[in-house]
Amino acid sequence: MELLQQLTFLERGVLAGLIIGFICPLLGAFLLVRRITIITEALSHITLTGITAGVFLSQSIMWLTFINPLYTGLLFSLMGSILIEKLRHIYKGFQELAVPIILSSGIGLSAILIGLSQGSTVEWYNYLFGSIVTVSLFDLLFILITGSIAFLILIGFYKEWLSISFDQEFAKTSGISVRRLNFFFSLLIAIVISMSMKVVGILLVGAMVTLPVAASIQIAKSFRQVVLLGILFGEVAIISGIVSSYYFNIATGGMIVVSGVILLLIANLIKRGKQFVSTFDVLTK
Amino acid sequence: MTKASRSMAIEVEGLSFTYGQRNVLEDIHLHIPEGSFLGLMGPNGSGKSTLIKCILGLLSPTTGTIKLFGKPIQRFNDWSQVGFVSQKANSFNSGFPATVFEVVSMGLYGKVGLLRFLTKKHKQKVLESIQQVGMQDYVHQNIGELSGGQQQRVFIARALVSEPKLLILDEPTVGVDAKSVQNFYTMLQRLNVERGMTLILVTHDIGAMTEYITDVACLNKCLHFHGNKLEFESQHDSMMTSLYGHDVRVITHNHDHHDHDHDHDHDGSGH
Repeated sequence: MELLQQLTFLERGVLAGLIIGFICPLLGAFLLVRRITIITEALSHITLTGITAGVFLSQSIMWLTFINPLYTGLLFSLMGSILIEKLRHIYKGFQELAVPIILSSGIGLSAILIGLSQGSTVEWYNYLFGSIVTVSLFDLLFILITGSIAFLILIGFYKEWLSISFDQEFAKTSGISVRRLNFFFSLLIAIVISMSMKVVGILLVGAMVTLPVAASIQIAKSFRQVVLLGILFGEVAIISGIVSSYYFNIATGGMIVVSGVILLLIANLIKRGKQFVSTFDVLTK
Repeated sequence: MTKASRSMAIEVEGLSFTYGQRNVLEDIHLHIPEGSFLGLMGPNGSGKSTLIKCILGLLSPTTGTIKLFGKPIQRFNDWSQVGFVSQKANSFNSGFPATVFEVVSMGLYGKVGLLRFLTKKHKQKVLESIQQVGMQDYVHQNIGELSGGQQQRVFIARALVSEPKLLILDEPTVGVDAKSVQNFYTMLQRLNVERGMTLILVTHDIGAMTEYITDVACLNKCLHFHGNKLEFESQHDSMMTSLYGHDVRVITHNHDHHDHDHDHDHDGSGH
């Protein structure tokens, strides 16, 4: 704790970024193989609703002055993930419908709450696009604790979720309780989204979960490699994003995403190159 | 060993399954002794897969009871004793980034338990299982890059790795080439004879496998027949009529029939 207090604002930001760069791709790998990366978009927008609600409440109700918007963000994100599961159940044949429903309701509510409260444009801008320099000691603690919880859950259920993602029916017959684990999984997505938004911003959380693993799956041979390379790419994107945003004074989230996109392009080029080499080998044999 | 003294792998009593207004299965009684190799046959839509899913605990029957190894299915929890190869096993996303090793490991996950990792011993088991189905040259290959027959072998390895006493296969040879199918049946027969594993193979085409199985069950909503292979062959023609509603002749599919001229005329239909 004392060690954390001695950190400069920049060091706090970097540490928070490194935690996010590790956890997001680890979760993203599972979202990718389950084909539900789009859920992160819905949850990030409902997190925004939570944050705006937090800001509004702290301004309008006396005894809630010290409420931190991160808490309400997490709360809304958790409720959103449960709602998505419900909606996916209700619209069984049209499961993708849950995402636009939650996403648009989230945005709509946020618009109302932003209108009602008196936040500055800069404050909202930071929430939308991320800001490394505003990571407070409290924020860092929040990210550290939620990040550790997410890490333990992800590692603890790694093999079960892999089996469920590959073949849900088989997972069930091998004695894995699929329903309970799916529920844990949706809660986990909510936790990771709300912990990440301070650094990368609400509009860009989805990118942090998606881009590193979208790059790593192009080169990886196994699921393990998708995860490990994804984490590597995630950290590279975070570090280069933070460094460039610090020097050019541009929103951190934006620079992180651009770094991620560049890594994605490189991974695709490597794959192309490999394919070219192997066809070249076949042709010259 | 007489049939009465053999312990039962599966006991199904008075099982019915209704889907909406439609009766899929009606009053099924089926006892499958340990060590038998049962061919479960019936036309498309006869409820074969539904019955299998009930036995695997994936569906709950509308009425009736199921026992696995003498234990009511609601209280049965040793699922590593039961291996399953699904009809849909091959229809996974072929871009899924998993190696043969990772896929076969999944067969152990339920047994290893929550919050635990695979040990060296487990990994050795996985490799043995891969070897058993002859896929040892592909251990670190991506599953999507393999042929249909090879993928099928990997899924068998995944089902075998937990060393089940009962193996259930739901139309496992759909989309697999003829030569692989024969090797596949031979492998199953070896498991049955050498290890005493109980096998249930669901198929709509019993002819291709009559030489490997020991028992036959015919299903079309109700159980039309259950007995050993010889009984089945003796009443085969009337059986087919009642099962399919018209006189169907089972043609024995012996894929190298013309090369070796095996004597496969056991279904009485001739060629």
